[in-house]
Parts: sequence; structure tokens; C-alpha cells
Amino acid sequence: MNRWLPFEWIAAVRFLREGRMQTLFIISGIAIGVGVIVFMSALLTGLEANFIKRVLTSQPHIQLIPPDQIARPQRNGPKVLEDAIVQRPSQRVISIDQWLKIRDRMLALPEVTAASPTMAGSALAIRGAASRAISISGVEPTSYFKIVRVPDYIVSGEARLTNQDIIIGIELAKDLGAVVGDKLNIQAASGTTMVLTVTGLVDLGNKGVNQRTTYVALRTAQSLLGVIGGVTTIDMTVQDIYAAETLAKLIEASNHVEADSWIVTNAQFFTAVQAQEISNTMIRLFVALSVAFGIAAVLVVSVIQRSKDIGILRAMGTSRGQILRVFLLQGGMLGFVGALLGSAMGAAGLIYWHSAMRLADGSELFPLILERSLFIDAAVLATLTGLLAAMAPALRAAKLDPAEAIRG
Amino acid sequence: MADEVLRLENVCKVYNVGRPSETEVLHDIDFALEHGEFLALIGPSGSGKSTLLNIVGLLDRPTSGRLTIKGEDTSLLGDAAITHLRGHTIGFVFQDHHLISAFSALENVMMPLLADAGFPSPEITKRAQDLMARVDLEKVAGNMAMNMSGGQQQRVAIARALAMNPDLVLADEPTGNLDTKSADSVFELMRQVNRESGTSFLVVTHNLDLARRCDRIIEVIDGRIAH
Ligand SMILES: Nc1ncnc2c1ncn2[C@@H]1O[C@H](COP(=O)(O)OP(=O)(O)OP(=O)(O)O)[C@@H](O)[C@H]1O
Ligand SMILES: [Mg+2]
Repeated sequence: MNRWLPFEWIAAVRFLREGRMQTLFIISGIAIGVGVIVFMSALLTGLEANFIKRVLTSQPHIQLIPPDQIARPQRNGPKVLEDAIVQRPSQRVISIDQWLKIRDRMLALPEVTAASPTMAGSALAIRGAASRAISISGVEPTSYFKIVRVPDYIVSGEARLTNQDIIIGIELAKDLGAVVGDKLNIQAASGTTMVLTVTGLVDLGNKGVNQRTTYVALRTAQSLLGVIGGVTTIDMTVQDIYAAETLAKLIEASNHVEADSWIVTNAQFFTAVQAQEISNTMIRLFVALSVAFGIAAVLVVSVIQRSKDIGILRAMGTSRGQILRVFLLQGGMLGFVGALLGSAMGAAGLIYWHSAMRLADGSELFPLILERSLFIDAAVLATLTGLLAAMAPALRAAKLDPAEAIRG
Repeated sequence: MADEVLRLENVCKVYNVGRPSETEVLHDIDFALEHGEFLALIGPSGSGKSTLLNIVGLLDRPTSGRLTIKGEDTSLLGDAAITHLRGHTIGFVFQDHHLISAFSALENVMMPLLADAGFPSPEITKRAQDLMARVDLEKVAGNMAMNMSGGQQQRVAIARALAMNPDLVLADEPTGNLDTKSADSVFELMRQVNRESGTSFLVVTHNLDLARRCDRIIEVIDGRIAH
């Protein structure tokens, strides 16, 4: 008999050990429940982390654009409108007013880690008989590559952007039949034409995007799109990605620009995460409930089976409190052991899934994130669930009339 | 008075008070048990012997009347005090052995000590081993309770009843399920403990042979003590 275990623990362990089948089945039940929760939570965390990582290395955290151009209805004297139907003006390429000043002001903010001006517009890429509509991003490579990791996405060639260079999406390259080193004719809507050399092909992970995206030097884009010295956006990264929206609001309030944070641009993702989280919570709740009822059911039966033992223990001077604790402990132990097994099962499943589920190119579908806190939470919650579930059976055991229990 | 382990005065027991099935099982029971006395309780089936033993053993409370144990009026005690008094002054031996199957024989003997101390200790193990030797079972002390013969189990039960060195051992038909030879040796063991340690015994039995070997016999008929 273990010398450091108090009476209640010894009795609880022995009772569980003697009720082999019941104990085994209920622990398996708990383990499966906990395993599913651990697996699901870790998978979700992994997918979310993966998505956020992708988003944050291929998108600016905050993007500044010129304020929306709103048409004002013309008035014919007070309160009389000339024409009630107001058409939205076509949003022509327009530069951010005093963008250099704004950029410097942004860089001065402690929350901002990088800011880079971009000249964006659309044009036509022509190679031989093939032509495709493209969107052009004119960037300053040194600052822009800190925000969007273009070099990380290069699949052939290099991320070099001098005035005669162009980096294009892999699908666009396929459509045009172009490879690194080829020359492309780029024609802007205004009629301006330039011949640029393909220096690199990028894969941004999305077919549509890969069909349209091109990067050129800022100056090249400016002259191509006919907005010399202007920029259409200022892209930024910030320290705390989750504070991006708050910061965007602040920037809008004190500058004549519109600021969009990644949180707003990816609103769909957050809605999906939220929906996922709600269903996850529901699943957790119901798994916990069924685990609790399972534990309670097993212990209720155990109390009935052991009523004679309980009566004898009481006759030998065991107090009601001690009997109560013996059964509470059984609930707690079932929960704890079940959680340990379940965590191991969940982790094993996750590791297997992680190695089995690969993307076409062999890279991982989701990063393997096994946070210690997940397992600690699972163990603590399962133990508490066990204790709570054991409450009713334990009270019943403690209240047993010893004379009656012994008579059987 | 000081020499009395036990005194019952006008003890009545009514089951199912206030219900149609209300039955008065014990009527005005009066008797005392002296230190070191070995008393036999006999009577026909259903006469209320077990009920009386449960009341004396503080497992049940009398409906009216007074039960005094070692000079202490138990009607004034709360549940915790009752449990404590029971644990420290009374040992039980039941007819069906009633060992706890989850434990070995030795551990069964340790249980009262363990419940009282809260933690295991070498002293507790030592005391349980001594008791097992006293009932001649030191060789099978480690066996699980269920793997022993009826006579052996009853000896373990006696050792367990003696664990807390009680003033009084209550035995409800301790030999009822045993063959004559085992019954005799179990009875002799109790008598021996009674002689050597001065522990009082109150033994319910249907066996008149054994009853005659006790210091005194009380007969219960229809819930009354017959004279
Ligand atoms: N919990 C109870 N509720 C109602 N009646 C009871 C209860 N316990 C015992 N009785 C009744 O009290 C009477 C005495 O029972 P008790 O068990 O004390 O008799 P006994 O003398 O021990 O009999 P036996 O020799 O068969 O063991 C019986 O008629 C029994 O039916
Ligand atoms: Mg009886």
C-alpha cells in the first residue's frame, strides 16, 4: 500500500481497479471524447495559423488608398435637387495626395513596421499573338518585399526589379507562353507601350491571382499609367496584426486617406473562423456533457454495487465525508486518466494526419501546433467534469444508511 | 456504572414511523453489559436481535429510550461524534464475513486504522500483521479476501473488528454460515480474545451449544427481553 496516498485515494483507486470492465469502458469513452476535442482544436489552430501566415506574408496589414470619390448631387436652390439619381463616378487612377508626407508620418508611428508606396493599375500584356489583361503593381522592391514576401513566392528566376523588369504570375506566364528572360509588350489603357523583360515567376497560391499579377518598378508603373510621381496605395505592416483595424481607424481619422486593414479585407475568413469556433464550442460542450453523464452513470451503478462495502466502511468508523471523497475522487481520476489517454490519442492522430495529408507539392497542409496549454486545459477540464459528475453519486454514497446498506 | 460498557434504558424501535407499514420491533429494552462480559443474544427469527445490535452498534438510532456507551449518553451526539465513537469503541463481525473484496485480507484489517489515521504508516501495517498472527492467518495475510475459506474470512473479520482495540465487539451470527468445526474454532477465538484482552462481546447466535458457553444469555422474543 502506497505510503503517501491518503485513505480516500487508496480506496478510490482500489474500487476503480476492481470494477475493471466499467472502468475500462468509461475511460475509453472519456478518452475518445477528449481525443476528438484535442484533435479538432489543434487542427483548427493549425489551419488558422497557416492561413494567417499566408495572408500576412502576401498582403499588407493596412493599405492606404485615396478617399472614395463621391459625387455630390447638384442643387437648384435650397432643398431642390436637380437630379435625384446620383451616379457613382468612374474611379479613375488617382494618386494619394502628398503621399510622401503621409508615408513618412506612417513610418514615424511606433506600431508601423514598414510602409511602401505602390502604383497600381491595369494594362494589357502582349507576347506574339497572345494578349492578356493584367494588373500592374509598381513597387519599391526594398520596402515592398518586407511587406509582401515576393522573393518567397518566386518559383523561377529572381525577384529583381529594375526599370525594364517585370515579375509575373505563373499562370500568366503559361497563358502567354513566356519564360524567364522573355520580353513582354505592356500596353496601358492610355496607349503607352513598354517592353519589359521577365525576371521572375511567382506563385501566390491562387490561380486567379497568378493569372493577373505582375510586379514592376514603381517608376515604370508611374510612366506606364501616366501618373508621374504619384502612387495609388501605401502598403504597411504593423506590430500587432490584431490591432490593425483599430490603427486603420485612427489613421483615417487624422489623414485624408482611406485605410483598410487586413481584418476588413479578409472579413470572410473571420466570419468563417467565428462560425467554426461556435460549432467547436458546441461540440466541446456536448462532448463534455456526454462524458459527464457517462461518468455519473458508471458511478451511480458502482455506488449501488458497493453499498455493502460502504456500509462496512461506515461501521468501521469511516465518516460520511471520507465516503463522499472516495467517490468524488473516482470521478476526478476517471476524468484525468481519460484526458491523458485522449490527449495522447488526439496528438497521435494529429501527427499521423499531418504526415499523411500533404498538398500536391509535398508541403504540409497545416502546421503541427501542439500547444502544452491545450493538453493542460483538456486535463483540467476533464478532471473537473469528472468531479462534478461524481457529485450526485458521491452524495448518495455518503448518505447511505449503514444499517440498511449492510443488511443489503 | 464505570464498569459498564453499555446500558440500554427503555429502548424502543419503530420502523416506518407514520406510515401504514409502521411496526414496533423493539419494546422497552433494558439491559447493561459489563466490561469483559461475553453475552449471548438468542431468540427466534424476526424477534429483533439484529435491530438491537444495530442500535447498540450506533448504526441505527432508537426511536425512544436511552443508549449509554461507556457512560456517554449517545442520544445527544451528532453524526460525526457517533461515527468517531463507533470507530473507536465498537468492532463488528457480521454473518456473511463482509470483507471488502477490493482489498487483501491484511488490508481489510488495516482499513479501520487507515480510515482513522488518514494515511498509511508502518505502525498500521505492523498492527494489522500482529492481528493476523493472533487469528492464525499470518501466512495468508496477502491473499485477496475472496480467495479464503468461510472460516478464514470470519477470522479476518474478527481481526478487523479488533483493529481499533475496541471495548465492545458486536457479532451478528458470526458462525451462522460455518460448519460445526469452523464455527467452534471461530467461537473459541472470540472467547480467547475476551479472556486475554478483556474485550466485551455481544454475540447473536442460534446455536444454543455455543450460547451456553457464554457468561450470560439474553433471550429476545417479539422485541422484548424474556426472563
Ligand atoms: N428496515 C426495516 N424496516 C421495516 N421493518 C424492518 C426493518 N428491519 C427489520 N425489520 C423488521 O423488524 C423485525 C426484526 O428484524 P431483525 O432483523 O431485527 O430480526 P432478527 O431477530 O435479527 O431475525 P433473524 O434471526 O432472522 O436475523 C422483523 O419483523 C423485520 O421484518
Ligand atoms: Mg438478524
